[in-house]
Amino acid sequence: MSSALPTTQDTLPRPLNDAEASRLRADFPILGRSVNGTPLTYLDSGATSQKPTCVYEAEQHFYENFNAAVHRGAHSLAVEATDIFEQSRTDVARFIGAKDNEVIWTSNATEALNLLTYSFGNASAGLGGETARAFALGPGDEIVVTELEHHANLIPWQELALRTGATLKYIPVDEAGALRMDLAEQIVTPATRILAFTHVSNVLGTVIDVPALVALARSVGALTVLDGCQSVPHLPVNVKDLSVDFMAFSGHKMLGPTGIGGLYGRAALLDAMPPFLTGGSMITSVTMEKAEYLPSPMRFEAGTQRIAQAHGLATAVSYLSEVGMDRIAAWEELLGERMLTGLGSIPGVRVLGPGPGAARIGTAPFIIEGVHPHDVGQFLDSRGVAVRVGHHCAQPLHRALGVVSSTRASTYLYNTTSDIDALLNAVADVRGYFGVGK
Amino acid sequence: MSDLDQLYQQIILDHAKTRYGSGLREAPAGVTSGESVQHNPVCGDHIRLRIQLEGSTLKNVSWEGDGCSISMASASVLSEMAEGIDREEFLVILDEFRELMRSRGARPGDEEVLGDGAAFAGVSKFPARVKCAMLSWVAAEAALLAANV
Ligand SMILES: Cc1ncc(COP(=O)(O)O)c(C=O)c1O
Repeated sequence: MSSALPTTQDTLPRPLNDAEASRLRADFPILGRSVNGTPLTYLDSGATSQKPTCVYEAEQHFYENFNAAVHRGAHSLAVEATDIFEQSRTDVARFIGAKDNEVIWTSNATEALNLLTYSFGNASAGLGGETARAFALGPGDEIVVTELEHHANLIPWQELALRTGATLKYIPVDEAGALRMDLAEQIVTPATRILAFTHVSNVLGTVIDVPALVALARSVGALTVLDGCQSVPHLPVNVKDLSVDFMAFSGHKMLGPTGIGGLYGRAALLDAMPPFLTGGSMITSVTMEKAEYLPSPMRFEAGTQRIAQAHGLATAVSYLSEVGMDRIAAWEELLGERMLTGLGSIPGVRVLGPGPGAARIGTAPFIIEGVHPHDVGQFLDSRGVAVRVGHHCAQPLHRALGVVSSTRASTYLYNTTSDIDALLNAVADVRGYFGVGK
Repeated sequence: MSDLDQLYQQIILDHAKTRYGSGLREAPAGVTSGESVQHNPVCGDHIRLRIQLEGSTLKNVSWEGDGCSISMASASVLSEMAEGIDREEFLVILDEFRELMRSRGARPGDEEVLGDGAAFAGVSKFPARVKCAMLSWVAAEAALLAANV
């Protein structure tokens, strides 16, 4: 035993390494394809992740053996399909530290956030009876978001404010994109009813201080809504440890299929909220005049559900758990550092976001002086490097950073250091190609 | 030539730097003009383009905007070629340019009609970039409508 290796050896997660990541790649056939005559370097997992074969095989297996509508009918297939559907919910709930009945299936995080805001809107319109009063908003009430938000966690709140007469406020960022925590205390006031914020910025990859914001919301009795889109796929996330009231996430960003995502909510809150979508499968009894609703989660799942997709997502989280979320997070931190340092040392490249020291996932947003991001992305694509260009559905953040758009490279568990090097090599050639900076 | 080099022809890169027509010009008193703002929702880029007219003759096309080399070069080419031509003639060129952009690489650009605009033939192989190339042309079409001549 070397004394240079302190006792933290047991507690610090051991990151994946290139050899392990390369082995994982075999589970993702798409990563073996080439584009434009060169091997694909996929660095756009922030937009959507690739899927391992087990995920779509699970969907196929479901269709070949169990396909039936759930929670309806008494035949064997319907019973088995229901079991699979509910087991999937349990698996995904466990993955984020929630109880079984605290996860509502939605098609993605966008729908999860809309479900929440429309439910609050219904409560504000007087629906849902006595218990729903707690969610009713009106003039004088405040909703607080941050300037970092993806449009999916901004526009639904703008709309809710417009519908109810509540006021929408936000915690700004500084010129580097760090959240102005020093101002948060003045912005969150006793009139604040909801504090909605992202866990990880989809543009900058920075991890937000959730405990500080939750404490602030608590101190004024406001509900907390976390956008977990960029954290749940990349970091170990436990909603009970984080102590948030609600959290939205998307399956397609965490190895799952498209068309499935979820809303976590504390059970007591979900059972008190009025439904958003109404119709079949969410009622206890119906007359021609009115209906009584089931408790959560079914009260929020009107209509025939995404059964195969839920099963696919459950398969995805078991894949992630098997690899280990802490090991994935540690690996992506290494890849992210390599990316940020490498990009920062290329002449004419400016990395966006707070400097060293800020906690970040494997996400690197950057600007190449004199070359528009759209042109950067096109050039990188010709080298097989897939990145995101544009405003990444975060126009206000880009405005605060003083740019219209940016280029963003983002990693996942299957990326290797050679992917990062392929990116860096291609980026180094961009200005030369466009005849800039000579 | 690689697809990339066909997309970024030297003419295009040159126009993207020269930016003919860049800098919005006020129409003198009594001169008819029309203006339009167009956005590319993908990247947040935008262009504000103004056309001055003498009767049905395009007299001055000027614009301000921020965008990629394709959209800037396209605005530059348009401004240069529109100077002094008749409205109807401009609309014929616009149709030709639009057809070229829709061709998915199947058409060579007709230099007779399009001039430097023919260099955009390579853009049509990149459906994601057609919007960039069309931005100023759509703005010009709307500006002419707004001028209402
Ligand atoms: C932080 C964040 N929030 C919300 C979303 C919206 O996710 P979806 O489009 O899957 O609903 C995204 C996806 O880009 C995101 O990154």
